[in-house]
Parts: sequence; structure tokens; C-alpha cells
Amino acid sequence: MTIEKEFYKDLHTELLFVNFGPSHPASHGTLRTFCALDGEKVITAVSEIGYLHRGFEKTVEHKTYNQVIPYTDRLNYVSSIMNNVGFSKAVEKMLGITITDRCIFIRVIISELMRIIDHLVCLAALLVDLGALTNYWYLYNKREVVYTILEKLTGARLTNSFTRIGGLYRDLYDGFEDDVKFALTDIEKAINDVLKLNKKNKIFLDRTQDVCIVSKEDAISYGFTGPCLRASGVEYDVRKANPYYYYDQFDFDIPVGEHGDTYDRIFVRFEEMNQSIKLVRQYLKKLPSGPINSDDKRVSLPDKNDAYNNIEGLINHFKIIYEGVKVPSGEIYDSTEAANGELGYYIISDGSGTPYRVRVRPPCFYIFASYPDIIEGYRIADIIATLGSLNIIAGELDR
Amino acid sequence: MENITIGKLKENFSTSILEINTNNGDAFVLVEKKQIIPILTFLKNDSELDYNMLIDLSAVDYLKHPVKKAERFEIVYQLYSLTKNHKIRIKVSIEMKDLCVDSATSLWKSANWAEREVFDMFGIKFNGHPNLRRILTHHEFIGHPLRKDYPIKKRQILSVNDTLMDEMEQKLREKGLKQ
Repeated sequence: MTIEKEFYKDLHTELLFVNFGPSHPASHGTLRTFCALDGEKVITAVSEIGYLHRGFEKTVEHKTYNQVIPYTDRLNYVSSIMNNVGFSKAVEKMLGITITDRCIFIRVIISELMRIIDHLVCLAALLVDLGALTNYWYLYNKREVVYTILEKLTGARLTNSFTRIGGLYRDLYDGFEDDVKFALTDIEKAINDVLKLNKKNKIFLDRTQDVCIVSKEDAISYGFTGPCLRASGVEYDVRKANPYYYYDQFDFDIPVGEHGDTYDRIFVRFEEMNQSIKLVRQYLKKLPSGPINSDDKRVSLPDKNDAYNNIEGLINHFKIIYEGVKVPSGEIYDSTEAANGELGYYIISDGSGTPYRVRVRPPCFYIFASYPDIIEGYRIADIIATLGSLNIIAGELDR
Repeated sequence: MENITIGKLKENFSTSILEINTNNGDAFVLVEKKQIIPILTFLKNDSELDYNMLIDLSAVDYLKHPVKKAERFEIVYQLYSLTKNHKIRIKVSIEMKDLCVDSATSLWKSANWAEREVFDMFGIKFNGHPNLRRILTHHEFIGHPLRKDYPIKKRQILSVNDTLMDEMEQKLREKGLKQ
């Protein structure tokens, strides 16, 4: 390496300014990075975001709580149910209602499946960027298996809107457990195949090791969470630090990296998929029976029989749909571990059926803020791999 | 048991604390605007508190809230300590006449973009921020969309791209690659 550096020392070109994005296949979304290049090396860069800004936070101030759920789908659209769960959990905590165990278990099972497909998409796309196209088919096909399950369960593939305040849209279908078990074995096989192709592959190692290193201190200061923070060697996971939904009663590990380079970020994700598979199996085994919706009259719709045949039921139904679930005045910050890191909702209620203010803490926003700084000094091909390993989803970045 | 952070804050900044509240289990402290940076620095550097992460920074416009507040805006800092596993929410009130607060960018790098977003959405300025410009909306956009008096249906036609050259030149100057 040192010889190479010495050799190229005097070889400089004039600075070349290049726009990477906003519409570039390797930017995985509408992200724009304006780079100053010296040859192939990035001297410095500036990022611009906002191309996918839809005004999520403004819009939801005019919607009832249950109407917000479809909007949360569009945050991290690769793992939409995790956003639904995060939002519902925050509102339920504000209302002070307890949801049924079956609901919790289903939420966790689906969330962990979502985490797996989020990582599958991230890794598949990343490996394509590195030129390893075969892996893309291996991983993407398995995502299709999970999407088929979700399609059967929720009626939609990408934007599922599966949760409701106090419960779920519907119960599991017959044969769900077998479908999931089959999918998990399938995914495990795909992961092993991909690892066999890459783990000792010289090109893969050269392209990812010691590339775009984020130190522990920097990762904390930038507000990294999720796999990117853990790749830098910080063992922080909301599921372990502030357990919710019985995560503390099940056996799973938090994979942690050492160097914080692209390689670590990739392998933390590979290992997290294994841990999620483990979790889904454990939760499936203990899946309780019973109702999926809370019986609290403030949030759950009355029985159809009541809604049609007596006036109290009708009014109850009408009020929940038209005025929304009434959340007591106050505020809350509640977070869950989404696929990309800590997904927080800061909700302020004025006592009515629509939220007064909803602030989303998107994990990507803080991760992408570091991007122009961490790519300095690396080659243009490497920064593309790095962008893939950070897994920036424009939907939640720009909201 | 009283929250250790609140205890320590009372001990060291008793005159700057305006309100303490523990709604929904997690505490927040409203502090004086002048003292915000010393308080945040204390929270970050005190070895028993060790708030090493600024998890989130946002703002709220209370213009149309049924409970009237003395000041219109509030800035909210969500702090978290990785080592101690505790969190606290710090708030400052911002009045319409003086829409600015000191920047926390020197303490946490995450404050950089978060403060830009608050500036973009609410028009609150951060003194000492290195690059305070719009982030989510277009650079020609007029107004601040998350303010309660910004109409939700308002549309603006914006056309000219941001070249980003001024920001780039500033960075190159810092590196000594440009005069």
C-alpha cells in the first residue's frame, strides 16, 4: 500500500466535480451527493436530501391516529410493518392500554421477518453494486417467499398497514406457521450460499475491508443506531437496552463489529438475520391463542352484531372511525429497534382524535448525515459500496 | 426514587430550571434558553450522567394547542446515555420575537442536520451553526411548513436546482484547496 501511495504522490489531476445522484441506480433512492474528485479519489463531498420529502409530519397532524398508520408504511418502505408497530406501540403506551399476548407475538414475528427482508434487500443490492450479481438472485428470491406470506396475511406486499391502535388488522391465516417455517429454512439456505460465495472471496474482501471506517466515538456522536452503530463496536440495541414485547425473555444475541468498516456493517447484518430467524422460531413455538384486539372500548371497534343492532354499538363505532381514538393530552417519546436502528416517535396529543404533533426519529437521517464525511479519501467505487452498507432508505430519510 | 439526572440538575442549575414533568414515565425538564449549552455540556460530561448521545432534536409549535403556553415554540432534545442506559428530555422555550438558540453542534455531530431541519421546518435559527441552510425543502421555498399557521394545502412552484457549489467551496477552503 505504501509503495502505491509513494508512486502516485505527484500524480494529480484538476479537481473534477461530479454529481452522484439524485437519480442514480446505485444511490438506492433519491439521494444526491456532490463530490469533488481527484482522479478516482473523493476529496470532499456535500450531500443534499429532500427529493422524497412528502411532508409526513405535517400531513399526519390532520389525520386520526388510525389513519396515520398507512402513512408510516411509507417511511421505511422495505420493512413497513416495523414502522406500524413502532407507532402503534407509542400511542398505546400513551393511552395506557395493554394489548393481548397473541397480538404482541404476531407483531414480533412479523417484525422480525421484516427485519430479515430489510437486510436481504440491503445486502442483495449492495452485492450487486460490488458486481456480484448471482447473490442478488439468491437473496431476492427469498424475499419473495416472505412477501408471499405477507400478501396472504395482509393483502398487500409493500405497504401492509397491518397494525391498528390496540391490535391488528386481522388474525393469522391457517397454515401461517408452516409457511413461515418453510421460509426460514429457505432463507437460511440462501444466507449460507451467499456466505460461501463471499466469505473468502478476495475481491469482496478487498472491496470492503478497511473502507470508510467509522470509529466508535464518531458513530456515537453522529447518532448512529442499529447495525451501523453495532458495526463500530457499540453494543446497543433497543430490544436489549429497554426490552419491550417480551424480548428479554427470549434467547438472542447482539452481533457487534470491531472496525466499523463496510465489511463489519455487512456481516453484522448477516448475523442479525440469523438471530432474527432464531427469534421467530422461539416466538412461533410459544404463540398463544386468544383474541388479537384489546377489549378496551376506547380503541377497539365493537362487534359487527352490536354495530348493526344496538345504538350504543353504532355510536361507539361511529366515534372511533370519525373522531379517531381519543388519546389523553400529553407527550411521549417511544422507540423500537427497526431494521436500520432506533425508530422513535415523539408524539404530542391535545386530547383529541388527531395527534397535535408527530415527530419521527428516522434512523437513516442521522446515519446519512455522516456520509459526506466518512467517504472522504476513498475511491468512487468504494463510496457506492459504503452507501449500500449504510442502507439509506429515502422514504424515512426525507419523510 | 427520584431521577438522578433531575437531582443533579437541581443541584447545579437550580435557578435555570423552569419546569419538571414526568408524563408517561419519562421525564422532561424545561430550562432557560440562556443556559442551554452549559446544561447540555454538563449532562454530556458529568461522569455519573454521561449523556453521550443526542438521540433526537426537534421542535414543536404550540400556536393552536388548547393549553396556552407562554411562548410559541419549544425545542426538544432527547438525550440518551449508552453507558448508564438512561434518558432525559430537555426543552427550551423560544419566543416569536427572538427566534434563535445556541447551537449544540460543538457537543454532538448529530445536532448538525437535526438543527438544519428545525430551521427549515420552523424558522428557528441556531447561533454558531456551521451551515444553517434548508435541508428537506427546496432552497427557493418560502415559509416554514411545520408551523401551525402554514396552510397544509399551500403549493409553491420551485424550479432552479441548488448547485451546492457554495457549500462545496466552503469545504474546499477548509481543506486549503481553494483560496
